[in-house]
Amino acid sequence: MDFLNAIVLFANFVIIPATAYGAQLALGALGVTLIYSILRFANFAHGELMAFGAMGTILVTWLFQSQGIGFGPLPTALLALPIGIVLTVVFALLTDMSVYRFYRRQRVDPIIMAIASVGVMFVMGGLVRFIIGPDDQNFFDGMRFLIRAGEFRNMTGLDEGLAIKLTQVITVVVALIVVVVLFWFLQTTRSGKAMRAYSDNEDLALLSGIDPDRVVMTAWVITAILATIAGVLYGLDKTFKPFIYMQLLLPVFASAIVGGIGQPVGAILGGFVVAFSEVTITYAYKKFLAYLLPQQWAPDGLVQLLSTDYKFAISFIILVLVLLIRPTGIIRGKVL
Amino acid sequence: MKFLSAQNMTGGYGRGADIIHDCTITVEKGEIAVVVGPNGAGKSTAMKAVFGMLNLRQGSIVLDGEDISHLAPQQRVGIGMGFVPQNNNIFVSMTVQENLEMGAFIRQDDISETMEQVFELFPILKEKRKQPAGELSGGQRQQVAVGRALMTSPRLLMLDEPTAGVSPIVMDDLFDKILDIAGTGIAILMVEQNARQALEIADHGFVLVQGRNRFTDTGKALLADPEVRRSFLGG
Repeated sequence: MDFLNAIVLFANFVIIPATAYGAQLALGALGVTLIYSILRFANFAHGELMAFGAMGTILVTWLFQSQGIGFGPLPTALLALPIGIVLTVVFALLTDMSVYRFYRRQRVDPIIMAIASVGVMFVMGGLVRFIIGPDDQNFFDGMRFLIRAGEFRNMTGLDEGLAIKLTQVITVVVALIVVVVLFWFLQTTRSGKAMRAYSDNEDLALLSGIDPDRVVMTAWVITAILATIAGVLYGLDKTFKPFIYMQLLLPVFASAIVGGIGQPVGAILGGFVVAFSEVTITYAYKKFLAYLLPQQWAPDGLVQLLSTDYKFAISFIILVLVLLIRPTGIIRGKVL
Repeated sequence: MKFLSAQNMTGGYGRGADIIHDCTITVEKGEIAVVVGPNGAGKSTAMKAVFGMLNLRQGSIVLDGEDISHLAPQQRVGIGMGFVPQNNNIFVSMTVQENLEMGAFIRQDDISETMEQVFELFPILKEKRKQPAGELSGGQRQQVAVGRALMTSPRLLMLDEPTAGVSPIVMDDLFDKILDIAGTGIAILMVEQNARQALEIADHGFVLVQGRNRFTDTGKALLADPEVRRSFLGG
């Protein structure tokens, strides 16, 4: 019984939250990896693009809520998501036209593009805070829990409860659908193959008559879609606060690099590696160990490896370790 | 006028110095023309000039009676020129079949027939069609590269040192295939380091030295020319 309690406790506070978080990071890292493999620079503005997408969706959600449009037990934000995506796609394409295209035409080094993206990051972040303000925004509605802790306890008779938030289920399901569609697109469609070809060998892609402007445009469209979905899912699951998205940039980059930058499968793996590391290292194991160990061995302290305040440090540590031990990331190679 | 007639080309890369001077290269349909010469003679540059990859200050390029001097490389692909670069000439992460599909990217019609023809020419590619091209051997990669360029059904195929870095056996095999391709009526323009073997299969040879035409004759005549032999073919 104690063993089961320990498992349920662990699932409730580590496995389920980390899975949802991992899915959000994976979607973010996919966007970073896509831009890296097509435009060949590290897009520091990706976190802010996620914030912009979430903001657009929140504004539309509020509009829907004020009109009394709901989505039953599901959050209205899902209904607003497609409009948020369209707004973000337009925004991303405008950014490309006004900033990155200029540097692309000059055929500048990737580092210059990356620095330009830092500038874009600040402008985007300022814009988001200007429009929606720097504070927490609540836009969640609908059913909060799929399974409540209390219900689970009554159902199973265990001491520990297992709560599954609806937003966690939505996050995983939506992420799964997005990933399947993305891979189908890259593997089988003409545009998807053109993107892979361009990412693999730019000169030969040009020789084959693949239009670079079109490939770049497609990359931005997909990235904006991914960023919006990731941003909204994160906001629904946790909270929307513009600054949080800037901080998310670190775990997102860590995910992309851990997995092997430029590798979509790697981005997904990396997302889960980072999320699980973050949650398992900042989790206090006191109660968990109390269930498993004999009574007199039960720990006095929290048995927490690192305070949650330091969770972003974990991304840093992972990043450094990966770059030292396996600089290629989990999956080698550099292309889609 | 020949099928491809690149006359009096002078030019270089960007705003740099001229690399080729008054250089002339011609090919007839179904024939193989080979450009040979010492290192740094501008062989590859001359071919890139034909393909529109550098700025020509003088000269004209005429394909099948049509002046194409002003066309960009991609447009030249569209009107029937296929180009196989010397390096990085395949998509390593994509399968053999996807490489061929990308070769035919500009085509809107059904490509399955052309792909069958390529597979007929290079049976090994059919066997390995689902394998990433980067996993193939050097010779097989070259076959993928040539196959990719053939997918647009070009009228002129240009090969930049197709046998660079492959073993002598593979080289002979590739030359045989190139003869087969020429047999289907495609004009072939080829730059080669292995001058002797290349001239043996060539209908015409162009020996370049320092960006200028030094000798121009049939492959056989060049092989027989004592001066060419002494200077460029090692005796």
